[in-house]
This record gives sequence, C-alpha cells and structure tokens, in this order.
Amino acid sequence: MNVLVLLRMVPDVVEELEVAPEGRTLDLQVLRMILSESDDHALEEALLLKERHGGTVTVLALDSPDIDDVLFTSLAKGADRAVKVTGLDMRVTSRGLAHIFAQTIATPGSLGPADLILTGTQAIDEWDGSVAPLVAHFLRLPFVPIVVQVAVGTSGGTATVIKEYPGGIRGEFEVRLPAVLGIQAAEKAPRYVPVAKVRAAAKSRRIETLPGPPHMVPAFVEVLQMMKPEVAGHAEMLEGPVEKIASRVCEILAERGLV
Amino acid sequence: MVPTTAKLGPVPGWAILWLVFLVAVGLFAWRVVFLLRLLRLGRPENRLDRIPARLKRLLVYVFGQLRLLDEPLVGIPHGLIFYGFVVFLMATTGMILQGLLPGLPIPTIEESRHLAPVVDIFAVLVLGGLVVSSFRRFVIRPPGLQLTLDATLVNVLIASLMVTYLLTTGFRLVALAGESRIWLPVSDPLARWLGGVESLRAHTLALHQMFWWMHVLIVLSFLVYLPYSKHMHLLAAPFSVFFSRLDPPGRLAPPAHGEGAGAERVKEFTWRQLLSAFACAECGRCERACPSNQSGEPGSPRQLVHNLKEQLLRYGPILLRKASAGANGGEPTLLGGLIAPAELWSCATCLACEERCPVLNEHLSINVDLRRRLVERGEVDPRLEEALRNLTRYGNSFGQSERKRAAWTQGLDFKPKDARKEPVEWLWYVGEYACYHPALHGITRSLVRVLRAAELDYGILYEAERNSGNDARRVGEEGLFELLRDKNTTVLSKALFNNLFSTDPHVYNTLKNEYPELNHGRHQIYHYSELLANLLERGRLRVGQKLAYQVTYHDPCYLGRYNGVYDAPRSVLKALGVKLEEMPRSRRNSFCCGGGGGRIWMEDTPGIRERPAESRVREAASLRGVQVLVVACPKDYVMFSDAVKTTGLEGRLVVKDLTELVAEAMGVGPQA
Amino acid sequence: MAGNVWVLAEQWRGEVSEITYEVLALGSELAMALGVKLQAVLLGHRMESLAETLGKADGVLYVDHAALEEPTAEAQGAALSQLVKEGQPHSVLIPLTNVSLGVEALIAAELQLPVVNFCEDLRVVERRLQARCLLYGGKMEVLVRALREPVIFGIPPGTRPAEKGRAARVPALEEVAVTFPEAPAVRFTKYIEPEAGDVDITKQDVLVAVGRGIQTQDNIALAEELAQALGGAVCGSRPVIDQGWLPLSRQVGKSGLTVKPKLYIAAGVSGAPEHVEGMKNASLIIAINTDPHAPIFSLAHYGIAEDVLEVLPALTEEVHKAIRKKAG
Repeated sequence: MNVLVLLRMVPDVVEELEVAPEGRTLDLQVLRMILSESDDHALEEALLLKERHGGTVTVLALDSPDIDDVLFTSLAKGADRAVKVTGLDMRVTSRGLAHIFAQTIATPGSLGPADLILTGTQAIDEWDGSVAPLVAHFLRLPFVPIVVQVAVGTSGGTATVIKEYPGGIRGEFEVRLPAVLGIQAAEKAPRYVPVAKVRAAAKSRRIETLPGPPHMVPAFVEVLQMMKPEVAGHAEMLEGPVEKIASRVCEILAERGLV
Repeated sequence: MVPTTAKLGPVPGWAILWLVFLVAVGLFAWRVVFLLRLLRLGRPENRLDRIPARLKRLLVYVFGQLRLLDEPLVGIPHGLIFYGFVVFLMATTGMILQGLLPGLPIPTIEESRHLAPVVDIFAVLVLGGLVVSSFRRFVIRPPGLQLTLDATLVNVLIASLMVTYLLTTGFRLVALAGESRIWLPVSDPLARWLGGVESLRAHTLALHQMFWWMHVLIVLSFLVYLPYSKHMHLLAAPFSVFFSRLDPPGRLAPPAHGEGAGAERVKEFTWRQLLSAFACAECGRCERACPSNQSGEPGSPRQLVHNLKEQLLRYGPILLRKASAGANGGEPTLLGGLIAPAELWSCATCLACEERCPVLNEHLSINVDLRRRLVERGEVDPRLEEALRNLTRYGNSFGQSERKRAAWTQGLDFKPKDARKEPVEWLWYVGEYACYHPALHGITRSLVRVLRAAELDYGILYEAERNSGNDARRVGEEGLFELLRDKNTTVLSKALFNNLFSTDPHVYNTLKNEYPELNHGRHQIYHYSELLANLLERGRLRVGQKLAYQVTYHDPCYLGRYNGVYDAPRSVLKALGVKLEEMPRSRRNSFCCGGGGGRIWMEDTPGIRERPAESRVREAASLRGVQVLVVACPKDYVMFSDAVKTTGLEGRLVVKDLTELVAEAMGVGPQA
Repeated sequence: MAGNVWVLAEQWRGEVSEITYEVLALGSELAMALGVKLQAVLLGHRMESLAETLGKADGVLYVDHAALEEPTAEAQGAALSQLVKEGQPHSVLIPLTNVSLGVEALIAAELQLPVVNFCEDLRVVERRLQARCLLYGGKMEVLVRALREPVIFGIPPGTRPAEKGRAARVPALEEVAVTFPEAPAVRFTKYIEPEAGDVDITKQDVLVAVGRGIQTQDNIALAEELAQALGGAVCGSRPVIDQGWLPLSRQVGKSGLTVKPKLYIAAGVSGAPEHVEGMKNASLIIAINTDPHAPIFSLAHYGIAEDVLEVLPALTEEVHKAIRKKAG
C-alpha cells in the first residue's frame, strides 16, 4: 500500500493579513505560511493506513522557505520519503499547483507508483480551483472529496471511503485504485511529534528534490484587486459589567417576545 | 558472668550465638548486596562532588532530623527513637561481642559509668516515643500514613527490644545484689521491684540469661528483617541524604544522551532515583502536602516512589539474571502498568513533596522523566498538545501571533525602551501571560508607570521575546525547551543589558537556573519583587500614601520553594503600610495554585473535590479581616481570580498583584 | 443557445437543495444583465418533476440516467461536461456544497476551462463577469475575472435570498442524452444516517451554539442551562463535535445542519465561514467572544466581547428573573 500525500502551505490566518502595495496580492512582509490544516489530516490518515496495512508513505510539496520544517516533521511522524519540487516560482495559484503536482506524479521514475494519493479536500486560498479534484482529473484518476475515513479492501485494488454530506449524513463509496482522495478529517487527530524528534530528523534524514515541469500552465483567471472584506455591518456591541449586559440582553429578548 | 558461657543443652551458649550471629549477618549481607545490585541497574550519575556540603547535609538532616521537626508530634518521638537506635547500636554491639568472645575483656557500655545511664534513660525515652508514634499511626491515623503489618511489626520489635534490655539489666542488677557501682536511673528502681517479687527470686540468673538471649535474638532478627521491610530506610536514608541533589531544584537534569528521552523502565532511571525507593519510609508527608492529591487528582508523590520500588523489586531480579529472554529483559513498562499516565500529568511541579521529604528524595525528577517518555511517544492530552504546538510555532501557548506580543504597550504614554536596539541597565522579561492574557494587561501597564516613576533605565524585547521554556521542560518536552532556549539565548546575547528581572516566577526560575549562557555571564537575574524591594529601600520609589488594606500574601512556588525568595515581597508590602497576616500555609509551606507543570494547559479531572486554587482562596478568606490576597505571579492571579468566582467569594476577597498595590500607593494606578 | 448563463440545479435524495434557488436568483440577475437566457441543468434519474420548481430559469436541460441516481461527481461531471461542450454557455454556476463539490473541477479539467471558487458575488462589468471571492477563512477578498470562456463559478451558500430564485411558472424541459463511462471507478454504496438525536435543532426557535471558546466539555452545561431557560436547545460548531462533546445531530454548518431559529446565541464561536453558512439566516444573532475582532461580530446583530464562561451564567440568571417577574 503506497500512499502519496500532497502538502501545501497556506497563509497563517492567526496573523493579520495585509494587502501588498500593488493591491493584488498578500503583503509578504507580514505573511507567515503554515501547512494547510486538512493536508495535515491527509498525512495523518496516510500514516494510519501505513500502520494498518504496511507499505510506504511519501510526502510531496512545492519548495518554499518554510517547507523543510514541515517535511522533516512528516518524516519524524513516520513518512518514508519527503520530496520537494524545486526551481519554481512559489507564487503559483491553486490550479498551477495542481498542474505541477500532476505533472510530477505523471513523470515516470520520479516518485514510484502510488495506490492512493491523499491531500486536503480544500484549502483557504483556492480561488481558481481546488487542488485535490484538479490533480485527480489532470491525472484522470477517480476522486472523492470530503473524506473522513478510508479503508483498504483485502485485495488492495479498491478502497472504501466515507464522505461527509450535510446534516451529519455520511455516504459510503467504493473507489477503484489508484485514486485521489480529498481528506476533510483523519480518523484520529493528527499525532503529536516531539520537537526533539523533528530536530533529529532534520539531522539524519534527507529531503529529496525533483525539478519542476518544463512549462507552467497559463493562468485562466486574473486577480483584479485584493481587499479586506467590506464589513457589511457590525454587531452592536454591548459593554459594561456582565450583569448589566445580561439585563440589556433580556430587554432585547423581551422586546421580541423571546422571554 | 556472660550469659553465653552457660550451656544450652549439650552446646555452649557462645557456639549457638556464633551460629545464629553468622546466619543473621549472612542473610543481612546477602540481602543488602542484592539491593545494591538492584541500584547498580540504574544509570550512572556523579553525586560525589562537593563532599563538605554533603557531609553538612548528613549532619543537618540525618543527625539534626531537621525536616521531621516540622511536625513536633512526629519529630520528637522520631528523634528519640533515632538517637535511641544509635545508642542501642553501640550497647548491643558490645553485648553481642561479649557474648561471642566471652573470654576476652571487651569493654561494654554496661561497664561505663557515664554511658550506661544514658542507654538506660533512652530505653524509656524510646518507649515513650513509640507510644506517641503508635498513637498517631493507629489512633489519629493521618492520611498517607499506612497501617501495614510491616509498620506494626517494626513498632513491636523496637518496643520489645527496649523491654528486654531493661529486664536483662534489671535481673542482672538483682543477681549482683547491689554490687554494681554504676547508677542506672531506670534499671535500679526496676531491679529493686523485681528483687522484691518472691517467685522470681530463685530464678534471677536464669531470667537474666533468658532476657539477654531474647534481646540478642530479637536484634539479630531485626537485622535480618530490616532490608526486607520499609525500615530499610534506616540503611538507605543516610545515603539518600548524602547523595542528594546539590544543584538548585529549579535546574532539572537534562535527559541522558542516546536512545529515547526519559524513562519508563528501571534501567533508565539513575541509581539515585532508584535509591529513593529504598530510602522512602512511606511516611506520607509528601502526599499530605501535594495540592493535586489533596484535591482528588489521581496519584501522589508517595505512590510514585512506591510504584518505582515495586517495579524494582519485582523485575530487578529478572534483569539481574543476564540471560533473560524477551524484550527489555521481560520487564514491562511502568507507563500504563504500575503507573497510570493520569497520575503523572496531575503533578503541578510545586515541589511541596521534596520540601517535606525527610530523606531528601527527588520525586519531581522521577515524574518528569516519565513524562518525557510519554511525550516522546506522542501520548499527550489534546489540550496540552495544542499548547505545545502553539509554543513551538508562535513562542506562546495562547496561539497568538508573535507580532502581538507587545500589543499591551499600545496606548501607553511612555513606551518601554526597545532593548533590541538600545542598551539598557535592566532587561524586563515580561512573560507570555503578562503580554497576552487580557486580564493582566492592566497590571503590566501599571508596572510601566511604576518603573517610570522610579526612573529606572529598562527595556523589553518586544516581539523578540518568547516563552522561556520553563513549563515546556517540566511537561517533558525537552526538545521544545531546548528550541526555546536556543532562540532566547540568541536574542538575549544580542541585547545590551546589565541585569534582568521578570514579573513571572516561572520565567525567573528557568532564566536563573537553566540558561547557562546567562548564568555564567555578567547578568544578575531577579524577580520584580526583589527589584521593587530594592527601589523602595533606596528611596527610588516613594510611597505617596500608605495603603490601609489588610492583606495576606501567597508565596509562588517558583519564587519561594524553588528559589528561596520570601522576604522581598514582604518587605515591599511592609513599605506600603498594609497589614500583613500570614496564611497557615505560608513560605516554604505555601499551597500551590495548581497551575504549574503545564497544569494550566490541561483539563481538570472530572469530579475532583476542590481545586487547589479554591482551597487556597478559602484559606485566605478564613483569615478574618483580610480583604486582599496578594500575588506575585501572573498564573496565580489568573487561577485565584477564577477560584474567587467559582467559590462565591466575590465581595469577600479580592486578588491583587503586588504591582497594583505599589502603583496605588504611588498614585500611578490605572485611574491616574 | 450558446452564450447563456447556466445553473447546475443541485438535487439530493429526491429534493432540490435550497442553495439551488439562491444560485438561480444570482444567475437570473446575470442573465438579465448580459441579455441572455438562464438555463437550469438538472441531472438525475426519474426526477423530471423536480424541474417544475426551477421556474426562475427560462429552460431546464434534463439528463436522465441510472448512473445519475447516486451522487457521484464523476457521473454528474461527465454529463455536465458533455452538455457544456455542446451548449457552449457563457458561464456555469455550480453550488459549492458537500453534495456537488468536485463537479466544478472535473469539468474545468476535462474542458480546460477556468474555475472560480468561493464566489460571494458576481457582477457584470463591461459585459464580462467579475467575481468577488472570499478567501483565507473570510479575512480577504479578491476580485477576479476569467481569461477565457465558458467560466465555471463555484457558488457557496448565502449569495442571494432563496425566495428570489423561485418563480410560479413551470419552465420548458428539454431532455438530453449523454454517454456515461461503462464501469465507473467510484461507486456509491450507501448512506449512513447519524444517530437520531433526541433533538432536531432545525426545528428549534432558540439555539445556543457553543464553539471552541467554551473550552471544556463540562462548560457546555452553562449553555444547556441558558438554552433550557429560553426553551431551546444547544448546538455546536465543528470543533466541538469533532471533540465528541456533542453528537453529530447538533452540528451546525457546512457538514452539519442549516438552521434558521428566531434566536441564535453564538457562545465562543469565532464565525468561520463553514459555520456561518449554517446559521446566517437566523432572525436574531447574539455573539459572545473574548476576541473583539472575531468574524462572528460582522454577522451578529449584537455582540459581547467578554468571557463566555461569565456571560452565560449571568444571562441565565437574568432570564430566570424575567420569567419569575412575568409569572409573579
């Protein structure tokens, strides 16, 4: 069971986001990148599958200043190989990234065959298409989004996955492998790996590199402007000691017949 | 007229004594050698440095019985029993030697007119001590002190030793019929009484010999029993005290190099940690002082040491047999075995246990080593995990941007100097709670006003300041601690300052004790209360208006027990004019708020009786007239403020930081 | 036929989803501005009757096939691709929900078309469509324009009121045949219903929602008390359900339920888009969060920037007082 996990870095929204002076991109000065949350879950799901069925876990990412720490962390958690695609402009949109991933995977001899390709089902910056389904369809592989559970059949040729629907309902699907799955949440919360192990991995393990595809896919969508959302309205803030706030709220509720 | 000259049946007494003596000593030695071999299973550790200091410890804690005198009801009887033992050791040795070699003129204490009365008096003192200690153990029954067969047996053995000694001596005196020229204050009247009993008169010599043999046999059985019972603390305690840690408690030993941080099996602990198991007398003082245990959380320091002992005694023998099959020589892990992880996580690292332990055991290092192993395995409670991730990424446990670290300075008329850019006399290491916790911003800003009034030349590190790593280390995440320490050391080495102070005792502790580059440098490290005390003393801070509050003061664990700073905050309070009343548990006996050791990041165990912070605020409120609970640690402020609400003491008690009072007295409080 | 605005009518388990009407309302605006027709696309098996509700559109393209019986993006994508290739619309609006997710990327990849996600709004500017996309958890917006046509737009819930997408008339129905792959690689096997909760939160008038700010499972009791006092129920955002503190049946949001109570008290909820999706149409929203910059405050009617653990009990007490006053 060989699993490939695609990792991406997205802006860390714990920080304040600012628009760059030219008005179309994020200000890099104040930007910090973090691993996309659902990609972290995808990695966890891959590691759980490895624990259950054996095989290997390979993680693939685009080179960027913060990526090494993420890749060493993946290795410390139990991944077998960490690969980054180098020599490209990291400021690539989600569609461009999907293209790079697809090309890299399709290039023979670069990564080895994968039975399953896991990545986060969605990321916070995918305005020109989600990476997960685009990678699947560029590679002409089956795809299921919003997956919360993966079970591999005994024959190894299919996987049974569970997808989330609205209202807490879930759907079960059988997918022919190899396939791409968009992971919403792993079956367990992503494991903790102590800092010492990551540092040890940084000393003893190696990150492999692969060259990027020769040509980039042209952009299909252009950004005209980036701006902070205009706040359509804002709540009327109630202030003062908690008791006063509470009685004011009661007044409001009483006015509407709710109390 | 040594009793062993007489024959017992066909065999001379001394022959039988030789036999019994050799068997007893042999069994004793065999067992002691076995225990030593068990200790050698542990990792090496150098505890032979600074011998004079170690000898002083021996004097103070073993011969001086210092820790035990905390509780006179315990200390005095135990002292009597202890010294009684020393005295009787000499006396009985003489007796036995004489019995083994009846022909030789061996000097015994019986024949010394100065020492014999001492032994005599001690027999009664020891009996008196036993009465009191038995009363305490069996009638009062303090929690943590167990009613075991072992304890009962030992009490009985010691008592019977005293009684047989007195009777031996008494009958000897009767047999001598007044020819003894040595005054024995207890045995003389006893002999007179015994001599008066008609029925015994004919058998005086026989009775003397009988009680002599009883005494000797009981001593030899005790000798054999000693290393099998918890009374082995008698043998081990002097060594545990001699080999106790001389480094400050605020400096934890880093993990051993090589495979796997921490410990979960016997061989991974140091020999000194294993020695704790033998030195522990199971007195329960640590358990009674433990805030987590007292609140109903699982585990206790006593239990921890006891379980280590269990593991060592149970599996040590298997490990000693070199040709053992199975992984780890057949020894299962302590984690999830004898020790449940929950017991380890409940520790607040407050050090009350170590402070009270009469044999100077190191419960904390055992706990932290086990935590290190849990962290290494990734077995960490989710809320704690979140805090650790935040610390790693953002340098604070709140998960807020590093860039917001100095947001609390916004709106101040006079911002602190930036120590990254200009040299300052003092560096103020603010600490994450004071920076990020909204409830504390007012206090932090008040200190700025106070320092400005004192015209102190100081600066802060602004966004370059990160968590000092104290609690990360105590949670067992040594790698994270090192990461934080490395980053902080780099920042600190680039900043230009002479001395450093912090408003957070946790920060103070680790910077003072665990940052070698700072410690060996020219920098002195203080807690802000020390700085304030100094400024007040020198008149740099002037109290405009004395405050009329009635207060009590809570000694923070990392300031008091860990670093011995008790007086500075009190002298500040005195200068402010407040009336200070001490809580029953103050200074070294201060009762922890329960937030240390990473507890503030963890969930409470459901269904606990009363949180430590709640117990503490109730203690403060029990002092009639006291309106204010003064704290000098931001975590204390948060924990106690919360506890005041949950115990319904709002209106009765208010929690204030030392800074707030100083600011108020100087007229630079928030309203100013 | 070419150059029209198309809307994929999402149907699930025999019903047309609410979001379809929202997107129809948006599509209708665009069609009018562009001076073209609005076409709805309905994919299913034996679902013609559903087409009657899509009257806002000028016409409905209907594909009926057994392969479309179950909700796999493959089948839908295959059908829609062929329709788009033939029909060459100006743009295709596809609902972004758990049901339809993936379809937009499939067509985009298949036909080499641009796809724009998270479109909060679409406007016609100089006869071209500009989309306003909400990114980074709601912290930034971008205004974008596609560089070729047709364009696929992924439309999240809440762009237009659903009522504006309904119309009384019955639209013209045109059935189209498409080919499907023989052996689909993704096969739907079954639905897994959540355990029936004791409470149906979609039917409550009052909901007290708890988010991460509630901090511990024990504290949910505070929300329970308030909910009880107000005659409502407790629900939660995803993190609370993921922790296991509340059952799935209480989850509000993208993967949970959509609710429209008269009163929604959001306690310790930050206001992430995935949650907001599920409750933005509540009549009265009162938010409590220690962070005054939490996104929830742009949505709520009233906001309280205090500690949830203090406010909830205070509110409960006031409510009890008010009830007693009313009774006594």
